[in-house]
Amino acid sequence: MRNIFNFIDRPSPIHELTGATKLICLVLWSLAAMTSYDTRFLIFLPLVSFVLFRASRIKISDVSFMLGFTAVFMVLNNVLVFAISPDHGAGVYGTEHILLGRGRYALTAEQLFYHANLILKYLSTIPIVLLFVCTTNPSEFAASLNRIGVKYSIAYSVALALRYIPDIQREYHEISQAQQARGIEMSKKESLVKRLKSASAILIPLILSSMDRIETISNAMELRGFGKNKKRTWYMGRKFSKADIGAIVFCALLCVAALLLNYINGGRFYNPFI
Amino acid sequence: MENPIISFEKFSFKYNAQAKPTLYDIDLSIRPGEKILIAGPSGCGKSTLAHCINGLVPHSFAGESSGRLSIDGKDSAKLSIFDVSQVVGTVLQDSDGQFIGLTVAEDIAFALENACIGEPELHELVLKAAQSVNVAGHLAHAPTELSGGQKQRVSMAGVMVDDVKVLLFDEPLANLDPATGKQAIELIDLIQKRTGAAVIIIEHRLEDVLHRHVDRIVLMQNGRIIADEAPDRLLSSRLLKENGIREPLYLTALRYAGVEIKEDMQPRSMGSIRLSEEDVEKVRAWYSFGAKTEEKGEKEPLLEIEDLSFAYSRGHQALSDISLRIDKGEIVAIVGNNGAGKSTLSKLICGFETAQSGKMLLEGEDMAGLSIKERADRIGYVMQNPNQMISKVLIRDEVALGLRTRGVDEQEIQSRVDETLKICGLWPFRSWPVSALSYGQKKRVTIASILVLRPKMIILDEPTAGLDYRNYTEIMEFLSLLNKQGVTVVMITHDMHLMLEYAHRALVINDGRLIADSSCSRVLTDAQLIEKASLKETSLYPLALRCGIEDASAFVERFIDYEREVEGK
Repeated sequence: MRNIFNFIDRPSPIHELTGATKLICLVLWSLAAMTSYDTRFLIFLPLVSFVLFRASRIKISDVSFMLGFTAVFMVLNNVLVFAISPDHGAGVYGTEHILLGRGRYALTAEQLFYHANLILKYLSTIPIVLLFVCTTNPSEFAASLNRIGVKYSIAYSVALALRYIPDIQREYHEISQAQQARGIEMSKKESLVKRLKSASAILIPLILSSMDRIETISNAMELRGFGKNKKRTWYMGRKFSKADIGAIVFCALLCVAALLLNYINGGRFYNPFI
Repeated sequence: MENPIISFEKFSFKYNAQAKPTLYDIDLSIRPGEKILIAGPSGCGKSTLAHCINGLVPHSFAGESSGRLSIDGKDSAKLSIFDVSQVVGTVLQDSDGQFIGLTVAEDIAFALENACIGEPELHELVLKAAQSVNVAGHLAHAPTELSGGQKQRVSMAGVMVDDVKVLLFDEPLANLDPATGKQAIELIDLIQKRTGAAVIIIEHRLEDVLHRHVDRIVLMQNGRIIADEAPDRLLSSRLLKENGIREPLYLTALRYAGVEIKEDMQPRSMGSIRLSEEDVEKVRAWYSFGAKTEEKGEKEPLLEIEDLSFAYSRGHQALSDISLRIDKGEIVAIVGNNGAGKSTLSKLICGFETAQSGKMLLEGEDMAGLSIKERADRIGYVMQNPNQMISKVLIRDEVALGLRTRGVDEQEIQSRVDETLKICGLWPFRSWPVSALSYGQKKRVTIASILVLRPKMIILDEPTAGLDYRNYTEIMEFLSLLNKQGVTVVMITHDMHLMLEYAHRALVINDGRLIADSSCSRVLTDAQLIEKASLKETSLYPLALRCGIEDASAFVERFIDYEREVEGK
C-alpha cells in the first residue's frame, strides 16, 4: 500500500469533483447519517451511495479488503450489543413483542428492528467513506483542506505525511532487518516484554533518522519560500464547478432532511410499533 | 569588472552551540556567471560557508558573525531567508530528503506556490522548468518511481523556476552512481551556460567536478580559505594533498613517474593537459620498471552462489541466474548502477529475503536452512548510514548488543568488547556516549558491533559514503587490516577509486545479472562494460593511451602497486 489513500484514477463524474467538495460532502453526509435513526432515511442513503459507487466506476473488488474489514467489525458490533443489552430495542421503542425464547435473552421484534437500523447505519456511512478515499487524489487533498479554511501550514503537513509514510515504512523495514541480523528477535517466539525491548532497538534509530529527515525537509522548504506569505496557491488546486455546488447543496439537503425527520418523529428513532 | 553577486569581507561566524568560530576572516567574492568549486576536508567549514550564502545561517542555525557579507549588493544581515532565496537557489546533498511534493510537478511548483503564482502561469512555468532538465515525461510520478539522478534534476528544476542568480550545489555527487554523477556535472554546466547564473559547487570529489570547466577552486581548511585559484594553478601545487583532498589520479600517476606538474601544462583535465616527449618517456620508463604482481596460490571458497534468481512480489525480476564465488581472505567490490540489484544480492546473502531459485553455500554448507540470526554469526552486514543501526546510548552497550542477544555470559562479553574496541581504534572513547562521536567514528562503532560477533565475512554497503579523504583512508586502512587478519570483506560501492585501490576483484551487476567478474583494473579500462554498468573509466586509462601504453589494465595495476608501496599500504 502506497499510503492511506487508496486513490484509483478512473474517469468519472465523482473523480471530477474537487477534493474540497468531496470532503465537505463527506462531512455533511456523515452528519446526516449520524443524526437520524429513521429507517426510511437509512434505507435511502445506502441506495444513493450505491448509485454513486456505480457512477464512480470503483469496483467492489477494488475495495473488497476494506469492505471485508468493516463487515467483520459490523458483525462484532451487533453481537456485542445483543450480548450486553438484549433489551435495548424495547427500551428505545417502548413496547415489547417477544418472537423467540424466554428470559433476559428473549429475542424481541424491537431488538431485531434496532439491529437492522444499526446495520443500515454502517451501510449508509462506510461506502461513502470508501468512495472518498478511492476518488480523492492525495495531492489535491491538502489544497482542499486549505480551501475549506484550514491554515496552509497545517494542510501542507498532511501532504508531507503522505509523502513520507512510504519512506519511513521502507526505512523501518531496513533497520529491522539489520537489527534482526544482530540477534534482535521480533517473532512471536519471544515474550511480550522481550519484544517490546527489541522494538526499541528499531524505533530509536528510526526516530533519530526521522529527526535528520525533518531537519533536511524543513530547511529545504524554507529555502524555497515556505511560510513567506499568508497565502499560497496550489498546483493541484481546482476551481469549483456547477457539479461541485450541486453536490454540496444535495448533501446539505440530506442534513436538513435528517433534522426534519427528527422533528417529525419526535426523536431520533422512527417507531413502527405504535 | 562587474560587481560581485556574493561578497564576503573579513567575515567570521560562530555557532551559538560552539565555543570557537567555524569561519575565520573569509574574503571571497563571486561575480555573476562565475563557476566556483569549494573544496576542503570534513569540518573545514565549507558547509557553513554554503549556509551563509543561502541564508540558513543565521536564520535556521543561529550564531554570531562579524565582518560583512553582501548578497546581490545588499547587506545579508538585513535580508530574510526568503529574500536570499530569491537570489540563491540551493540544491541540497540529500536528493531524496529534499523532495517535498507528492509528485514531480508539485515539487517543482513548490517555490511558485509559495510565491502565490496563480494559473495558468503556474502550470506553464513548471512545464518549462521540467523540460529544461529533461523530466517533463515524469511530471505525475512519485519520488519512489524516480532514480537518484532524476530526483536531483527535479531539485534543480525546483530552484530554477525562481530565476535565481546563483545556483548552489551542496555535494551534488554524493549518492549518485559514477555515470549519473558525470551527467549531473554536464547538466550543471549546461544550465549555467543557458541561464548565466553563477554556480557554486561544494564537493570533495575534485576530479569528477573538473570533468567540466571550473573558473576557480576555493580550498578551505580549519575555517579559513587557504587558496582561491584557477584549477591549473592549484593543481600544479601540492596544496590539495597536504590538506586532505585527493588530486586527480592522472596527476598522481604523473608525479609518481617523476613528472613535475606546472601551471602551463594545463593540468585541469586529462583532455587539456600538455605532456612533452620527455614526460611521456618518464611515464613509460616508470611503467616498465614495475615488477609484475605474482599470482597468488589456490584459494579456499567461503561463499559459493549458484544460479540465484529473485523477484520481488510485484513481479519485477531483481536478480537472474547469479553465480559467483567469494574466497576466504578476499576483498571484493560489488559495483553497478543504482537499482541494478547490488543491495538485493546482499539481502539474499544475509537472509533478509528468500530467493526463488538457486543455491548458496557457506564453507560448503547449504545456507537454505539458516535463519537470519544464524547467518549473522558468520556473515555481518553493515548499513550505509550508521544512524540507522545505533540504538544504544553508550558505545560499549552498542558494541555488546549482538552478544547480549545471543546470551553470551557477561565476562566473555566484556573481554570481547574490549578486544574489539581496541582493534577498531575506539578504545579511547569506550565510555563515551555515541552521540558525541563524529560520523566517521559512528561508522566504526557499527563495524565494531558487527565484528564482535566474529563473522567470517562482512558486507558493507557504501563503506565510505559521506566521508572525506582522511576518514575514507582511515576506514579503508582499517578494513584492510581486518582483511589481513582473515576477515573476508565485500563492499557495495559507487566509488571507483575505492574499488581500484582496495578491492582484489570486482563483480559488476547490471539489470539483475552478473556481467563481469574480473580484476578492478580490467573492469575500469573496459569501455563497453563501463558504459553498460554506469561506471566511470579511471583517468589512468586515457593517460596510458596518451603515453602509448597498450595494456592500460597493466598500467593501472602498476599504479596501484606503486601507491601501496609509497603509502605503506
